[in-house]
Amino acid sequence: MTDDELIWRVAGGSGDGIASTSQNFAKALMRSGLNVFTHRHYPSRIRGGHTYTEVRASSEPVRSRGDGYNFLLALGDSFARNPRDGAYYGNEEAKPLAENLDDLREGGVIVYDSGLLDEESVADLDERAEANDWHVFPVDLRTMAREHGREVMRNTAGVACTCAITGIEPETIKSMMRDAMPEKILDANLTVFDEAYEHVQSAFDVDATAVRVPEGDHEEEQVLLSGSDAIAYGAIDEGCRFIAGYPMTPWTEVFTIMSNCLPQLGGVSEQVEDEIAAAALAIGASHMGVKSMSGSSGGGFALMSEPLGLAEMSETPVVLIEAMRAGPSTGMPTKPEQADLEHVLYTSQGDSNRVVFAPGTVAEAYDHARRAFQVAYEYQIPAILLYDQKLGGELVNVPASHFDREPNTDPGSVLTEDQIADAPHDASGKFERFRHDVEDGVSPRSVPGQKGGRHLVTGNEHNAPGHISEDPDNRVAQVDRRSEKLRAIRADLDGDTLNDAYGPEDAEHGVLTFGSQQGTVEEAVDRLNDAGHSVKALTVGELMPYPVEEVRAFLRGVDEALVVEMNASAQFRGLTQKELGTGDDQLASLLKYNGNPFEPAEVVEGFETNIDGDGEVPGNETRFVPAAGD
Amino acid sequence: MSTFTGIGEERASDREEFTPGLEPQPTWCPGCGDFGVLKALKGAMPEVGRTPDETLLVTGIGCSGKLNSYFESYGFHTIHGRSLPVARAAKMANPGVEVVAAGGDGDGYGIGGNHFMHTARENHDMTYIVFNNEIFGLTKGQTSPTSPKGHKSKTQPSGSAKDPIRPLSLALTSGASFVARTAAVNPNQAQRILVEAIEHDGFAHIDFLTQCPTWNKDAKQYVPYVDINDSEDFEFDPTDRAEAQELMRETEDKLYEGEVLTGVYYRDDDRPSYGQEKRAIGEMPDEPLAERYFDTDYEWERSADAFLAKHR
Repeated sequence: MTDDELIWRVAGGSGDGIASTSQNFAKALMRSGLNVFTHRHYPSRIRGGHTYTEVRASSEPVRSRGDGYNFLLALGDSFARNPRDGAYYGNEEAKPLAENLDDLREGGVIVYDSGLLDEESVADLDERAEANDWHVFPVDLRTMAREHGREVMRNTAGVACTCAITGIEPETIKSMMRDAMPEKILDANLTVFDEAYEHVQSAFDVDATAVRVPEGDHEEEQVLLSGSDAIAYGAIDEGCRFIAGYPMTPWTEVFTIMSNCLPQLGGVSEQVEDEIAAAALAIGASHMGVKSMSGSSGGGFALMSEPLGLAEMSETPVVLIEAMRAGPSTGMPTKPEQADLEHVLYTSQGDSNRVVFAPGTVAEAYDHARRAFQVAYEYQIPAILLYDQKLGGELVNVPASHFDREPNTDPGSVLTEDQIADAPHDASGKFERFRHDVEDGVSPRSVPGQKGGRHLVTGNEHNAPGHISEDPDNRVAQVDRRSEKLRAIRADLDGDTLNDAYGPEDAEHGVLTFGSQQGTVEEAVDRLNDAGHSVKALTVGELMPYPVEEVRAFLRGVDEALVVEMNASAQFRGLTQKELGTGDDQLASLLKYNGNPFEPAEVVEGFETNIDGDGEVPGNETRFVPAAGD
Repeated sequence: MSTFTGIGEERASDREEFTPGLEPQPTWCPGCGDFGVLKALKGAMPEVGRTPDETLLVTGIGCSGKLNSYFESYGFHTIHGRSLPVARAAKMANPGVEVVAAGGDGDGYGIGGNHFMHTARENHDMTYIVFNNEIFGLTKGQTSPTSPKGHKSKTQPSGSAKDPIRPLSLALTSGASFVARTAAVNPNQAQRILVEAIEHDGFAHIDFLTQCPTWNKDAKQYVPYVDINDSEDFEFDPTDRAEAQELMRETEDKLYEGEVLTGVYYRDDDRPSYGQEKRAIGEMPDEPLAERYFDTDYEWERSADAFLAKHR
């Protein structure tokens, strides 16, 4: 945690424009030279319901949502249900101001729309403000917006108040507005902005507050992207030109981005009847030689289990993505969790034969997507990108140069017609698509339309030209060959892994995590090392084939390691123990499954609990499970 | 000219080319209607001027799913009920390839029913053959979606309480632009209908009555049959949707009364295929997508040039 940071929470109702307001705010701060990171919280509801986005901005790199927030802009929830005593959903009207108010840091600022929110509805606000040295600014944003434009422009008024209080140059925001807003609403918004800005400056003593926007400077040009953007661009740069899908939160984001991008590139996006079809379409297109993908979230991915198995057995390359949300079943559709790990590793019948990557950051989401396509098409195997609602939706700045890469559109281990002519065929003239005697288990394929490449592909066990075969010797040879691909992929990845080690190599303690918790864990590691501990972290990005040697080397020399993951059943710790064949006395767990991602302070507390050995973490947001024998 | 020289060869083919030189003995029972489909398809392909290298036969699971084991072309034997989503993506990926999908009545009207409805709706330019034997054969005689009401089997010991599905009506309602029924016992009509179906630019559905001599002994051998396009008893225009609908209903009912009506029931030659629709809205390239990957001159775009500006 740095003091020199702004964590700005804009809270309101679903459908009130919180997402676009916060995105423009984040981008404006990025353009001004700051590093930014956003965290979204929203309900599964079209209109109304407590929604907020936090924008964390600092001159230092920011890798997580941070702890709490120091600025609250509470807008009204236009579609809140009428408050009823004892209603299980509470008083929705008051939530933008009342919810999570305890997380507002000491000395923090509250700006609320007094046109929509009633201070009286928040218990003891005055006393709490005084006790915590909060600075409260009631501003009738609604009336201001109505007078100079339309009511929805109260978001703009709120941003203007933020600028006046924290010292953000108005032009930083206004130039962003000019870029982002359509002509017909721009002028009114600019007027609303000026009115609100001047009102706050004249009506309040803004110098009495200590929350200030930091100043920063980027060494190179930055772009603001989400994990979903990065996955889509990684796929595009690997030549993916076909996607099929069915809407499901949060995977829909990647599907939407691809559906907008692909037609511009002469590609095809198909929204189909269900996820079984979606995965089957991706397989069908890939079978023809087109680099293809599909994806879903937990429940939709469950429907893909059967086509996933077909891709494994028929050795059709395909990339599937799985955007985790809290389960089981419909679970909590808009909340992040990492509890689909085992589902993705093992779903579908038979010996699973797939690759699973889990990017840890937005930049990595691009890299992992590219690697997933490379592995899938070279080794003719399904590659799954496992991420979650957190990574998919968070916006961070990344150097533009990260995406300045050459495309790789190679369709992988496909033969040319000349090569096919020289390749072995059976007595019937069928190309031997599934030969036993090949390097790394990869038997090159042909695609329909190629002369002389005819073969049969089937989900049944099959022989070299693809005919159904239950011959025991062939069966063993084919299973072994398909397994050999995973060994070859492991060796291939070892040269350039997608896992991230962090902190001093000879540290006494370790923290293991996977996927989207990377930034949070690394921030916690920094704080722990600053506080005199000796800690390192490893974020595992390759979940199958698992990097056994790398994890073993990481754990060598540390007494105990804390495994941090967002689920209740410690699935990643379980995977690690299974792959290492040991570790239950070395690995403790820090789990969180309340629908919110970890904050760095929680990881710090969990770590201290582990090494102190008292077995209890403060608060009830996380759960600590000690290593066996503790 | 295609990058793939197997496509668009200007040469005649013959039915022998579609017979695997190393033919595995078909595993169908003696007297099975499936032989009739294989024979008709082998006869139809040369007639439509296609060769094995430019043909993809996608099948589901069941006895019918083994069709491509005995047919020489590119073949994809998929999973139960999923031949259509694989097949229609194949067609979108490379429209130059002739795509034929096939499966049984359980495969197409039961487990794959949703795909059937949506593939028909989208009107992909492909042919779909449903082997309709009114029974689950390979799993040894369970009641299927087209089994008559009251049909007794090991899994329906008191007889099915359900009315059978109406395959022709379902295809028409869903949007298929060519709907026909033929029977294995009528190989000449079957081949003629297959030729028309394959040449049709849109989704062509053929409900192909294939007797199961082992598990559906009670069923008719689908003789005698009446060709509605030929018979003087039927004054009928297959381009008239209302007439088609009426006759389909009659045909579906009569099958269970012992009267076998067959023929082309509906065709709409004006409706654009899905590929045409997608190209019209700029969502599908004019050149086959699959060929791009094998075209060394193609200039691929990068995300950084195409999309990064809006993130600055």
